Amino acid sequence: MEKTIAGKTITVNEEGYLTDFNQWDEKIGEALATEANITLSPRHWEVVKYLQNEQKNQVALSIRRIGKSGLVDIKEFYQLFPNAPLKTATKIAGIPKPASCI
Amino acid sequence: MNENKGAIKKMMIILSKATLENVYAAFVLANGARMEGIEAEMFFTFFGLEAVHKKKLEHLHVATVGNPAMHIPTMLGGLPGMEAFATSMMKKEMEKIDMPEVPEFLEILSASGVKMWACRLAMDMFHYKKEDLYEGVDEVITVGDFYKKSEGEGVHMLFI
Repeated sequence: MEKTIAGKTITVNEEGYLTDFNQWDEKIGEALATEANITLSPRHWEVVKYLQNEQKNQVALSIRRIGKSGLVDIKEFYQLFPNAPLKTATKIAGIPKPASCI
Repeated sequence: MNENKGAIKKMMIILSKATLENVYAAFVLANGARMEGIEAEMFFTFFGLEAVHKKKLEHLHVATVGNPAMHIPTMLGGLPGMEAFATSMMKKEMEKIDMPEVPEFLEILSASGVKMWACRLAMDMFHYKKEDLYEGVDEVITVGDFYKKSEGEGVHMLFI
């Protein structure tokens, strides 16, 4: 389905995840964060960029993997994105929702 | 059940067993709840206490007897070394699917904000002290305390 955000039209799935990463830009990331009640700090951006990079390298994302990233530990990850961190952070990053259970 | 369309807000997971498959089930459910933005608390009672006992938590085994899904004849399941063998097989498979071992899993749960409680009665029965337990265990509490912590709408309780 189509959605207008930050003055642009994007295509998202039924859960609100971008279906085409090429449509993503930082303004859209910020607007998606606002929808999730998060104001993005430089620290948030580091994590978002990390997730995008992992996605590009086709790494399966999980909480355990985040904990081993060397960038952020699990505790801080939950502090940055308090409500469902992996789901929220990937949505902001414009990448698919990870299918991981761990 | 009509509040917030029955949305789950908090999972209260009671772990009463120390066989690896049950411990993992409890851990995965607690972690999965946190990943969805659902609060999670765990109550360790009876043999479930071994999952947070410093000296025992690294030595939990899969049950090979009385577990038809293992597809090992019960007579063989009881042979010496069978549990250890089945456990090492299972751990290999778990590593493949990125499943952490018990000590690392406890760290993940703790960092994810899962509250952990130990059952007072079971602690007394096994003569365990709070300092015998993993540091992430918040407190030793009674069943009554646990019910008190379970109050509120959207709270679900699970016994494993």
